[in-house]
Amino acid sequence: MVRRNFMKTLSAAAVTAAFGLTSFNALAAETIKVGVLHSLSGTMAISETALKETVLMAIDEINSKGGVLGKKLEPVVVDPASNWPLFAEKARQLLSKDKVAVTFGCWTSVSRKSVLPVYKELNGLLFYPVQYEGEELEYNVFYTGAAPNQQAIPAVEYLMSKDGGEAKRFVLLGTDYVYPRTTNKILRAFLKSKGVADADIMEEYTPFGHSDYQTIIAKIKKFSSEGKKTAVVSTINGDSNVPFYKELGNAGIKATEVPVVAFSVGEEELRGVDTKPLVGHLASWNYFMSLKNVENDKFTKLYRTWAVKQKLPNADKAVTNDPMEATYIGVYMWKQAVEKAKSTDVDKVIAAMAGQTFKAPSGFTIKMDEKNHHLHKPVFIGEIKADGQFNVVWKTPGPVRAQPWSPYIPGNDKKKDTPEGK
Amino acid sequence: MRTIGLLLCGWLLSAASVQAAIDPSLLKPLASEDSDTKIMAIAALAQAAPEEALPVLKALADNALAVSGERLLIVDGERVFDAASNTEIKPAPAAHETIGINNRVRRELSGALAALRLFSADREVRWQAAQELTLSADAKMLPLLDKALAAETDSEIRARLQLAHAQASLGSTDAGVRHVAVRALGESSDPNVRQLLMPLTEKRGDAWVEPDSAVRAAAGTSIRAIEQRLAWADNLGRAFTGLSLGSILLLAALGLAITYGVMGVINMAHGELLMVGAYSAWAMQSVFRAYLPSALDWYLLAAIPVGFLAAALVGVLMERIVIRHLYGRPLETLLATWGISLFLMQVARTLFGAQNVEVANPVWMAGGIEVLPNLMLPWNRIIIVAFSIAVLAAMWAILNLSRLGMFVRAVTQNRPMAGCVGVPTGRVDTLAFGLGAGIAGLGGVALSQIANVGPDMGQGYIVDSFMVVVLGGVGQLAGAVWAALGLGVFTKFLEGWTGAVVAKIVVLVFIIIFIQKRPQGLFALKGRFVES
Repeated sequence: MVRRNFMKTLSAAAVTAAFGLTSFNALAAETIKVGVLHSLSGTMAISETALKETVLMAIDEINSKGGVLGKKLEPVVVDPASNWPLFAEKARQLLSKDKVAVTFGCWTSVSRKSVLPVYKELNGLLFYPVQYEGEELEYNVFYTGAAPNQQAIPAVEYLMSKDGGEAKRFVLLGTDYVYPRTTNKILRAFLKSKGVADADIMEEYTPFGHSDYQTIIAKIKKFSSEGKKTAVVSTINGDSNVPFYKELGNAGIKATEVPVVAFSVGEEELRGVDTKPLVGHLASWNYFMSLKNVENDKFTKLYRTWAVKQKLPNADKAVTNDPMEATYIGVYMWKQAVEKAKSTDVDKVIAAMAGQTFKAPSGFTIKMDEKNHHLHKPVFIGEIKADGQFNVVWKTPGPVRAQPWSPYIPGNDKKKDTPEGK
Repeated sequence: MRTIGLLLCGWLLSAASVQAAIDPSLLKPLASEDSDTKIMAIAALAQAAPEEALPVLKALADNALAVSGERLLIVDGERVFDAASNTEIKPAPAAHETIGINNRVRRELSGALAALRLFSADREVRWQAAQELTLSADAKMLPLLDKALAAETDSEIRARLQLAHAQASLGSTDAGVRHVAVRALGESSDPNVRQLLMPLTEKRGDAWVEPDSAVRAAAGTSIRAIEQRLAWADNLGRAFTGLSLGSILLLAALGLAITYGVMGVINMAHGELLMVGAYSAWAMQSVFRAYLPSALDWYLLAAIPVGFLAAALVGVLMERIVIRHLYGRPLETLLATWGISLFLMQVARTLFGAQNVEVANPVWMAGGIEVLPNLMLPWNRIIIVAFSIAVLAAMWAILNLSRLGMFVRAVTQNRPMAGCVGVPTGRVDTLAFGLGAGIAGLGGVALSQIANVGPDMGQGYIVDSFMVVVLGGVGQLAGAVWAALGLGVFTKFLEGWTGAVVAKIVVLVFIIIFIQKRPQGLFALKGRFVES
């Protein structure tokens, strides 16, 4: 604690010093700096670039309406290049050199785990916008994506239901890192509790950036022909999804026979794939671009306009997806919390975040939980349509509270639902 | 699907169809939110008005059926038809909502459509319908299958239908019929059929599922026959994926086999030459999209020469500006080419952006051919194997039959002597390097069809390429071919066993050990050289 306090004083001193300097230089142009920590190159760029655009778009929108606390927001964009140690380096740079008030960033759990120590040490504030495996609750992080009970568990329950095809055997397929491994651990325990035998579960992992899915597709075909209805749960991340779905389409695995439900594939990832052979395969998210409501119309139109204005590649076909929505919610909730706290001080903002609400593009008023730093979110399951959009086939009646500590992992019942704070 | 099949049988046998507009009350439940209601509605519709139902059901399957108020519409681009009367509505209603279906409804729907299509005049349509039905045939569909068999003249479709018929007869109460059916199913090589036969050889409680011992024995024989065929197809499939990976490794490494293998330049920028080729394919796709949209499917053919020339040009520039000053200094060459590699990556990032670009497969490369029910060979893989053979043949011809090839071989075997007899060694070096780079470009064009195209795609192939060349033996084309195929097949058989992550590790460990035991690679050049 002594060290923490020391760090706090130190960073406070640093902040004062920084403010002192800027106020000497430019009195009028005082801004609040906002860090954007997303991979703009490498294997994750396919997913993360759109999130950077979303943060910039939201900042632009806030600035055009007068900014926060009378100050304009100033984005500081860095590129950690899908390189996990680099994430930590860039995070340290954002916090100690650029003195950002808040950071929006990370996609893969391995990148989040890599920056965590930095945010704890320097008492920074991170908004993490992607669905993840849970098993974590940090004071310095707000999780605006889904916890397993808001995405993975409902998806598997759907596959086992009558409408989902009453699957009895499961292939758990993922990229080899912490998120797929943990999610599959939770799913295995969940399936066991539903009476699925170990022999009816196949787990397969591939390295990041893997591009040859022939063997795995052949294995899935074989596994599914050994009897009982089979479904595939994919936690493949990044650009590997393109060759995976190409191979799936070419191998003629139809969704009516072996449905594939993905947790990291949305509208953005499907842009590079011919979706006609993939009709009927599924994804589970808390938002789809095809949802029909006023907020979503506004959101999609806003992003389309932004994409054209920024001359993004294929701007005319720009799509929105779940992590983009989560990013957007995060930026606005942070703004509301800053206004409530009347300060950008990390501890005050964190306290003010509890119970914040926002009318989200998913069509629901989303609430930040008073205790566990996660959002209450609705769950949607969608089937891929021929145009790369999703057709919602199942949804929860309303927002669901997140369980970051999955009850299917032994020992989690003793974990506290609030982060270890100060 | 089964209930629908049964209901359809009734109609098809009576052969009396009602020619009238569909009763809207039959259509309305199709728009229901509830899957059960939808499925009932599909069955009712197919039974009441089979001919008129076909376009409606097809539209539902294609996501083209919409609802506007009380009325159901079929949407075809800008035009809108009334689903009940199948007449166009003008002007098209402004607001309508597409009726979504889920996999369960889709499955029922495809069964219903297959049963309706079994009597189509088009052979292809019937063939597909028969295939769909083999997955779901049961006793209730026997009358339908009998009727279809009586009408069918095409032998392939008949065979399919007979299989479906045998499958449907498995549930017969007559042991003789079952016996015939089980023996007929032994001819199948479909894993689903084995799945159907399995229960017949099992005991439930104390009693056999199949009471007749002769049928049981026949089922056992049939299962063994099917399993044999399945295992064969499995190994064939594995060998093909190995061959396919091998051909990709070969395409990636062939250029390096010249620049490193024959000329001895440690070219760390080889991966980026692949990238240049891949981006050429993307560029040609963009050009065709903008100027020749009608011929978009053939952009890949144009990309082949463009990819070759673009990469060759980059190669020639590299050689002229940097590498030629560094011959005989491997360490400096390594560092310099590594620098070039970083430089080229950054250039690509600046020109095309850091994100991957989308290179679509042309239509003729999508899908695959079904060799056996459990073995499907994708077209893109087949074409890449053929392409790599063609490139290999062309390169062999250039090196062994052309004047340039002779010079290259002469220079690499004995540079001073070649110079003495009047070979312009400097120019030959440049041309040879350009050739190697161009072939890397061709590899890149092929890679663009199966892997992601981005600025750092080359990094993923540089290690594999060096692996192939070193394993094959430096200075040998044949070595590279054997090494690529060997590595491909070895990796794929290993992957089937251990998974992709472990397979990658095992292959690398294997190569390290192999190179320690046999540093000269699989094939070593024999003969007297200046260097040795």
